[in-house]
Amino acid sequence: MKRVAILVAFLSAQPLLADSNLPPAYWADRQLPDPRDEAKAQALMDELRCLVCQGQSIADSDAELAGDMRDLVRRRIAAGEKPSAIRSWLIQRYGTWISYKPTAEPAAWPLWLAPLALLLIGAWLIRRRIKR
Amino acid sequence: MSRAVRFAPLALLLVVIAALIWRLATPTDSNVPSKLDGRPIPAFDLGAALEAKPALRSRDLTGRPRLLNIFASWCVPCVGEVKVLQQLRARGVAIDGIAIRDRPEDVAAFLASNGDPYEKIGDDPQSAVQISLGSSGVPESFVVDGKGIIRYQHIGPIEPADVPLILAKLEQAR
Repeated sequence: MKRVAILVAFLSAQPLLADSNLPPAYWADRQLPDPRDEAKAQALMDELRCLVCQGQSIADSDAELAGDMRDLVRRRIAAGEKPSAIRSWLIQRYGTWISYKPTAEPAAWPLWLAPLALLLIGAWLIRRRIKR
Repeated sequence: MSRAVRFAPLALLLVVIAALIWRLATPTDSNVPSKLDGRPIPAFDLGAALEAKPALRSRDLTGRPRLLNIFASWCVPCVGEVKVLQQLRARGVAIDGIAIRDRPEDVAAFLASNGDPYEKIGDDPQSAVQISLGSSGVPESFVVDGKGIIRYQHIGPIEPADVPLILAKLEQAR
């Protein structure tokens, strides 16, 4: 009897999910009929950061909010909105945090200058070797 | 090789270890605050989340400062928060809700078992209004002043200890 009870408990066990009971939004996991639109949406979704699984893009994330954001992106692309307009609409709300695309703001300058600095250091090292 | 150069890698290692310990001791804040704080609430017109309650439009958030609470019946911290919201309501705070990805019967059951502090509740089945508010999860609350300007965003549940803070923010929004 006890074994049966344990077996029943195991079989009926549910993970404790902090997820809703609603199905994913219509365009969350569905491609747009026009391949060009879908390509634009995909490129944008790869560069938008998920608010729940921070560090993943909304294209990668399984979070429901990411699904809802994919739905939003695909709907707006299908309605003819430019990806850059959708990105700035989201940046207005969440800040540059939401976008993976590096901006030209001062905080990002080291990112742009690092390759140049490394090249210069490399050139200097090579010059020293050659001179020797 | 000079002595200083020989010990450079060790010094570098110590710097890296110190940086790691510092980051472990003071973890980064992973909350993403809404940039709409201090700006007008975006226009929305939501349907009713359940039959017994009026629906919510952005135009309704005017007149006097109101608390807009983003919640869901499937959200565990919301169960505790809704009791604090009832305390706020008892002290005269006007509270409206937006139910995220919810079903009418679930919202009704949630309110029946945990209490109901809301005047109006809008239904946001695909988090569209939540995203337009710059909100990144449930629960979250916004203090909206009488002109429809967002004055304060509270990320996470309003705990009993947050009641004075919320009341002060509502007073400031007057």
